[in-house]
Amino acid sequence: MKILVPVKRVIDYNVKVRVKADQTGVDLANVKMSMNPFDEIAVEEAVRLKEAGIATEIVAVSIGVAQCEAILRTALAMGADRGLLIQTDQDIEPLGIAKLLKAVIAEENPNIVLMGKQAIDGDNNATGQMLSTLLGWPQATFASKVVIEGDEAKVTREVDGGLQTLEVKLPAVITTDLRLNDPRYASLPNIMKAKKKPLDTKQVADYGIDVAPRLKVLKVAEPPKRSAGIKVADANALVAHLKTAGVL
Amino acid sequence: MAVLVIADHDGAHLRDTTLKVLSAAKALSPDIDVLVYGAGSATVAVQAAKADGVRKVLTAESAGLNADIAEDVAALIAGLAASYDTIAIPATAAGKNFAPRIAALLDVSIISDVMEVVDANTFVRPIYAGNALETVQTSDTKKVLTVRPTSFAAVAADGGSASVEAASAAADFAGTRFVGEEKVTSDRPELGAAKVVVSGGRALGSAEEFHAVIEPLADKLGAAVGASRAAVDAGYAPNDYQVGQTGKVVAPALYIAVGISGAIQHLAGMKDSKVIVAINKDPEAPIFQIADYGLVEDYKTAVPALMAALG
Ligand SMILES: Cc1cc2nc3c(=O)[nH]c(=O)nc-3n(C[C@H](O)[C@H](O)[C@H](O)COP(=O)(O)OP(=O)(O)OC[C@H]3O[C@@H](n4cnc5c(N)ncnc54)[C@H](O)[C@@H]3O)c2cc1C
Repeated sequence: MKILVPVKRVIDYNVKVRVKADQTGVDLANVKMSMNPFDEIAVEEAVRLKEAGIATEIVAVSIGVAQCEAILRTALAMGADRGLLIQTDQDIEPLGIAKLLKAVIAEENPNIVLMGKQAIDGDNNATGQMLSTLLGWPQATFASKVVIEGDEAKVTREVDGGLQTLEVKLPAVITTDLRLNDPRYASLPNIMKAKKKPLDTKQVADYGIDVAPRLKVLKVAEPPKRSAGIKVADANALVAHLKTAGVL
Repeated sequence: MAVLVIADHDGAHLRDTTLKVLSAAKALSPDIDVLVYGAGSATVAVQAAKADGVRKVLTAESAGLNADIAEDVAALIAGLAASYDTIAIPATAAGKNFAPRIAALLDVSIISDVMEVVDANTFVRPIYAGNALETVQTSDTKKVLTVRPTSFAAVAADGGSASVEAASAAADFAGTRFVGEEKVTSDRPELGAAKVVVSGGRALGSAEEFHAVIEPLADKLGAAVGASRAAVDAGYAPNDYQVGQTGKVVAPALYIAVGISGAIQHLAGMKDSKVIVAINKDPEAPIFQIADYGLVEDYKTAVPALMAALG
């Protein structure tokens, strides 16, 4: 069984982002970039399926700037077998990414696409759902448990109010939630080995797909700041303040 | 042209979320229809028909719709899309699951988590865990939006008198089968709609302590219970309680964070609360930078004292 794992290079989750003064976007110059945390969980799950003898090959794909190669190398160091970088300097919306991934899938024929439920930069939570729609495959999103049984995946999903379990026929798209697993750190020997694993590079133009943005970003602004609060001496003072504020 | 609002409900009651999405829809068009799908749709449709500003209510049920299978919900809604120029969906876990599918079926971009309607084609939405707000203008002729309910005031639940009609549901998608669900039952208010939320973090140290400390305080205040990811990951609270970028977004009148450091990802889910209280023994905890009232104290003494002070 072959698993395709799309991975995105995003600003590291610990970085406090700064909005550019001219409101054209967020300042990404000299900021630490990493693999999107949900994608790490997807890579980890794929590697575990390989270790369990279920998956035979894991292909990691990233779409973006040349530096995405480093993110693909991380996926290879975690245990992916091959990488594919589809290079572009353009920011592509989830619909365009889904269309490109569909074209990759037509070439690679994976049995499962495992991907993050959302990227922590755009916070869209959409690409996996769009991809499965375009493919006509089932989707199982926000997965906290994945069990492969023959040509089906039994997936427990995090939904409002609790958990839901679905069975989807493969091939399918599965998106990961935080509690699916704890991703491993790549060991130094594996990082060295990853440097020798195959990594192809293509251009977005090679696919002949229209990925022009549908949304024009008019501005990116800072959210309203909260005015500074106060420290109170004890619980009685707190209750008095809350009564004055009218929330008790 | 008209807007179709997808109702959020629990099988018996229309949720407040729906009334909030209706108010976002009002900023787009005077012609608003509501779709109520899934088990109990007939009962809920009667409530939706009374909501202010609703023109018509559509209902649909099928095995797949009742189990909230995204493939079926999206097929139903995309099938209705010809009559609407905008489809507005509550940004709940269920809404986020099917909304992008509708957009893909219609070949349009999705506009996720709308916080403000600037005009019929221009919307404000959060990016980077709410640390930036982007204003986007769409060139798509049809729009599929998920709407962040906490950013809008609810329309009146009464006063309307819309007609109710059944919409025909498509056949259930064959590739997906519902196996079962485990719902957390609670008598407390729902997290997303509560006026007061009491949340516990890693500091609580165990599920027993979480029950013993956070829940009585919540009950005293008639509050919903929330949690940080650390508390959920450690098993102190169910996943459904998680507040944050990747959990629920809440904006109650009062949010009390107990033993929560205030990581970027947690703040993303609660920093629009009206009044924020932090109880944390570390005076340097980042939560104090956004708390209106901070109490630097061990929760083990602070919470019992707070219970006593509340009387
Ligand atoms: C992709 C991603 C998504 C995430 N999404 C979310 C999300 O949606 N929601 C979320 O909450 N987190 C999320 N996180 C996790 C987040 O980064 C933090 O790790 C988490 O919020 C920390 O939880 P905490 O504040 O309970 O724990 P800690 O950061 O460990 O804080 C515990 C606090 O308790 C205080 N404390 C300890 N003992 C006591 C005591 N006796 N009395 C009083 N105070 C005490 C400490 O001083 C400390 O400030 C996400 C992370 C990632 C990478």
